[in-house]
Amino acid sequence: MTTTAEPTTTPSPEVGKARVRKEDARLITGRTRYTDAITPQGTLHVHVVRSPLAHAKILGVDKAEAAASPGVIGVYTATDLGVESVGLPCAWPITPDMKAPQRPLLASDTVHFAGEGVAVVVARSAAEARDAADLVDVDYEEMEPVLDMEAALAEGATLVHPDLGTNENATWVFDSGEAGTGGSVADAISAAEADPDSVVVKRRFRQQRLIPAFMEPRSCVVDPTGEQMVIYAATQIPHILRTMTTVTMGVPESKVRVIAPDVGGGFGGKIGVLPEEMLCVALAQKLRRPVKWTETRSESLLAAHHGRDQIQDITITAKRDGTVTGLDVHLLADMGAYLGLVGPGVPILGAFMFNAIYRIPALKFTCTNVFTTKTLTDAYRGAGRPEATFAIERIMDELAVELGRDPMELRQQNWIPHEEFPFTTVVGLTYDSGNYEQATDQAMATFDYAGLRREQEERRRNGDPVQLGIGISTFTEMCGLAPSRVLGSLSYGAGGWEAASVRMLATGKVEVITGASAHGQGHETAFSQIVADRLGVPFEDVEILHGDTQISPKGLDTYGSRSLAVGGPAITMAVDKVIAKAKKVAAHLLEAAEDDLEFANGSFTVRGTDKGKAIQEIAFATFMAHDLPEGMEPSLDADAVYDPENFSFPHGTHLAAVEIDTETGHVDLRKYVCVDDVGVVINPLIVEGQVHGGLAQGIAQALFEEANYDEQGTLVNGTFVDYTLPSAADLPSFDTAVVSTPATTNPLGVKGVGEAGTIASTPAIVNAVLDAVRQFGVTDIEMPTTSQRVWRAIQEAQGRATQETPVDTHSPGAGLGSIDPNNPQGEVQ
Amino acid sequence: MAQVRVTVDGVNYADDVEPRTLLVHYLRERLGKTGTLVGCDTSNCGACTVHLNGQSVKSCSVLAVQADGGEVLTIEGLARDGKLHPVQEAFNEHHALQCGYCTPGMIMQAVDLLGDNPDPDEREVREGIEGNLCRCTGYQNIVRAVQSAAQKMKPGATADAQTPASVAGGGN
Amino acid sequence: MIPAKFDYVKPASVADAVRALREGGDDAKIIAGGQSLLPVLRLRLAAPSLVIDLGGIPELRGIREDGDRIAIGAMTSYYDILRDDLVTQHVALLAQATETVADNQVRHRGTLGGSLAHADPAGDLGAPALALDAEMVIAGETGTRTVPAAEFFVDYFTTAIGEGEILTEIRFPKYTGWGSHYEKFNRTAQAWSMCAVAAAVRVEGGTIAEARVGLTNMGTTPIRAAGVEQALIGQPASAEAIRTAADRATEGTAAPSDADAAADYREHLARVLTGRAVLAAAG
Repeated sequence: MTTTAEPTTTPSPEVGKARVRKEDARLITGRTRYTDAITPQGTLHVHVVRSPLAHAKILGVDKAEAAASPGVIGVYTATDLGVESVGLPCAWPITPDMKAPQRPLLASDTVHFAGEGVAVVVARSAAEARDAADLVDVDYEEMEPVLDMEAALAEGATLVHPDLGTNENATWVFDSGEAGTGGSVADAISAAEADPDSVVVKRRFRQQRLIPAFMEPRSCVVDPTGEQMVIYAATQIPHILRTMTTVTMGVPESKVRVIAPDVGGGFGGKIGVLPEEMLCVALAQKLRRPVKWTETRSESLLAAHHGRDQIQDITITAKRDGTVTGLDVHLLADMGAYLGLVGPGVPILGAFMFNAIYRIPALKFTCTNVFTTKTLTDAYRGAGRPEATFAIERIMDELAVELGRDPMELRQQNWIPHEEFPFTTVVGLTYDSGNYEQATDQAMATFDYAGLRREQEERRRNGDPVQLGIGISTFTEMCGLAPSRVLGSLSYGAGGWEAASVRMLATGKVEVITGASAHGQGHETAFSQIVADRLGVPFEDVEILHGDTQISPKGLDTYGSRSLAVGGPAITMAVDKVIAKAKKVAAHLLEAAEDDLEFANGSFTVRGTDKGKAIQEIAFATFMAHDLPEGMEPSLDADAVYDPENFSFPHGTHLAAVEIDTETGHVDLRKYVCVDDVGVVINPLIVEGQVHGGLAQGIAQALFEEANYDEQGTLVNGTFVDYTLPSAADLPSFDTAVVSTPATTNPLGVKGVGEAGTIASTPAIVNAVLDAVRQFGVTDIEMPTTSQRVWRAIQEAQGRATQETPVDTHSPGAGLGSIDPNNPQGEVQ
Repeated sequence: MAQVRVTVDGVNYADDVEPRTLLVHYLRERLGKTGTLVGCDTSNCGACTVHLNGQSVKSCSVLAVQADGGEVLTIEGLARDGKLHPVQEAFNEHHALQCGYCTPGMIMQAVDLLGDNPDPDEREVREGIEGNLCRCTGYQNIVRAVQSAAQKMKPGATADAQTPASVAGGGN
Repeated sequence: MIPAKFDYVKPASVADAVRALREGGDDAKIIAGGQSLLPVLRLRLAAPSLVIDLGGIPELRGIREDGDRIAIGAMTSYYDILRDDLVTQHVALLAQATETVADNQVRHRGTLGGSLAHADPAGDLGAPALALDAEMVIAGETGTRTVPAAEFFVDYFTTAIGEGEILTEIRFPKYTGWGSHYEKFNRTAQAWSMCAVAAAVRVEGGTIAEARVGLTNMGTTPIRAAGVEQALIGQPASAEAIRTAADRATEGTAAPSDADAAADYREHLARVLTGRAVLAAAG
């Protein structure tokens, strides 16, 4: 059957269209399947008994009363389960001599952080498991907690892991002089110190500890009742989890199927191989029944990995004319009690970003990772790059103050002009594309920078109780993690490729399988748009499948703004293979030479004729297989794996205006403008949403969130009452826009957008806050810049003594009011 | 055990429950209404928001027995006769959700808000949903969606806007 | 997230509730709206053996005019208070404070009586009740008694409600024609007051004739800023005069220190916010 191809009314391209998301239909009607909704018949419920102490010897665990409690199947310690020698994986040994302690599934002898599991209770219902957990009596001998990074490195410090002989996990150094990618920072500093026409500016910045706080608490269900053990998990990394289950528990990889069903956010916080997941594997193997673990929010804040937590000593050198000559970075990074899956490498992901968008001729980066008796740290949105961006954007402002220059003008003087791309930086990365001038010009115009500066001047002159501050952040990031060879050179324990498959169904529908694993990003919609254009099929006919290792056997999952930049090209490569196969069939059916066929809008046509075949027809003919070219397999399906050759480098200019009530210290974010270059935009609606959400998280670091420990090593911000996420009423609307210089490092020209807002916004806010109050003599305010900190900074700068703030004391908040969950008193005693 | 008789999304139920059973657990575990989610344990997040007797409540902060004799509407019962509620539609149209976890509670609260204030300004929307946390969207598109739904729900809004898309459609 | 087990009763009358409370002994706990109790139960910070639900007593709900008083049933929800014309007209300060409590969902369930009986010093309704000289009607085995707000708040989470007693009604004098304002300062919208000030003033020809000022979270109970009230009377309703009077806001306070606000900052806030609250009330 030869049909005449439809007259070519070229459909408008899908890529670039603001498609509403196809995945929403379920989510807005409650037709969802988050892990906790999965309860196979006979499921048993697991509750973890956690240590309230940060550092303690376990003298004994009395399980008798708990074991006798109604509905309890069993109470187990690591020894009871035979898992005391099992260690959870760390996939990133950043140096050959890195010190890595065993990270157990449950503490056996010693507890190393408050919240660490000591035993598990398994019962018929979650309520019965919870009831019995209260009856497990653990006898602890309290030990001294290790809380301060600098003290932990001092001679004679209490050791978190005595067998390692030190609290230092590793020290990782990059020196552009030694690497041959730039000059020597030591030389730059001594030259600057000797030169009256140069300045040396040193600052210490604190990156407070944050908690990713995805909205869906972590959960897993392990069902051993089939041939494959099925692990349902609220995870960003089903593929890695599968492999690591084999590595950790010895279950053959072919006998494990991991399913990440609907996943309620991750932000890096669900990149992990959890003790609870592996405990459920052990319990399912032992009990031969499905087991489920779902954490409470309090457990999540306590035991799920945290992020950031660095002390940053930054030295910048510059000529008095503003030319930056060198940057020295010295970090202390708190690992917490153990190493997470990629924890030690998180600060290293920032190492190459301290030079940011600037032509800095010499850079040295030194990072020492430190063990403390706190919850471990690992990836949190941006992972290493927000920390780097904060430091460089803050120090550029400090340099501007030192030199009496406008902070934007100083940046302009030092950044890489667009005509110099591709540009190889001082750390040896090649920035392929970008246009800092364009993004900045647009942002400055939208923001009305000059007008706001005038208003600021006026308010200062009038001594207005409400002062205005303007903050800038001109950022770039490396994302699209990552070229495998680069990861190899950094000793990372995996590659950075991504896989895709395309299946042409008999009826012309298309199934696309990706190894990326969505948890809110909109992969289904964006990938469908790409496939619709490339394959010339309707958007609605494309089904994106992911998050199940039996459906998508190959993949490296979602983090590091990689899904589109790495997963996207894998899909287009697979599509191209499908088209190539289909072309053979089409040529055969159209009785034409392949070279005479052209493929457009989903149809093969014989050049110069009206003869043609739609891809759907070819799919059906291939399914029928009645008449295929000689020797051709009856399948159009294709697989592809894409390994990028370089990172991608989104950038943007972010501008914030804050009003500070100098009487109370209250910071009001009045205006936020950003213009981001994320390369080619597949779906502007999704890009805008990613920027909004990223901004909110970055702004929250600047204004609202922190995880603190008291002197005993107890997490003070252990509920949402004390870990204060901003609500809608705490944030303004943002003015966001994109410009686009296509990436040349991947065939789609995309750069990635998941982390941009978070990376860029934090320093913009803090720079704005300081800009408002520098006039009073304030030089720094630690994050989050709460009203109290701002007020106190003003008082102190003006020579008025103020009190110490008891950061470990609960402040009244939702639900609990004045009742301190860590230290209940009053009516609940 | 105590008895609870309750209508949920138009269906009558009578069950014996432990008095300590939270309404949200009753909905999820006994009735299979897993569209209503749990995001915290301190009443902050609002993911569990449902309507009880016509008012939004955090179903983690109501005992199932307290709902005895009452009528509960969850996200799963919001669409009527196969038609999405205008707030549901607006959430889709304005990309007001990403991971979807806060969405059921957010939508239920937005519906309640519009019942009290049919034409809220941005500030009123932001304050109206202050008991619902979202970690993905930065709230901006949620605010847009609620305001857009308000316009659609106004008497005299265009016929097109009053005819929501099919629930089962999904092929946007 | 799962409370410990308890028994549950839902009495149909105040007398039955009092009886249940007596029989339940020390471990019985009353649930009104439950918006403070349930979070505590979920985290197992308390584990009562018996929970007595006042939700089945219709006469505890409602707002009525009772001569020169506005009487509000203890089980009246925040939401109903906010929608009530009598409150808006005669006790506007209560509505203004109520509007700032928690969020919409909580305001649907939470009750005035529950909040006052819980007596969290950071709760928003104690300060207006105290400033406005509310009276608390308390029922016990032997009948009812009335306690003025000044004697009601005893300590941190402690009130004059005795064992076996239940708060049934709150009566407010009418402040018809007064100006009022509740000035609340918190870290995020969801956080409770670091400090808040409830102010009501009667201005006659530009002069402050009467003033009522109460402070939230400046001690173990709500605190009446009597010094400020005295200093305001007879003063012009000007920013300067009000600010001077507001400097006395910390008299008699014992500001707590916590992560959001150490005592000195809280005291400073009390002065600033008192000035703002009174100015807005007088405006």
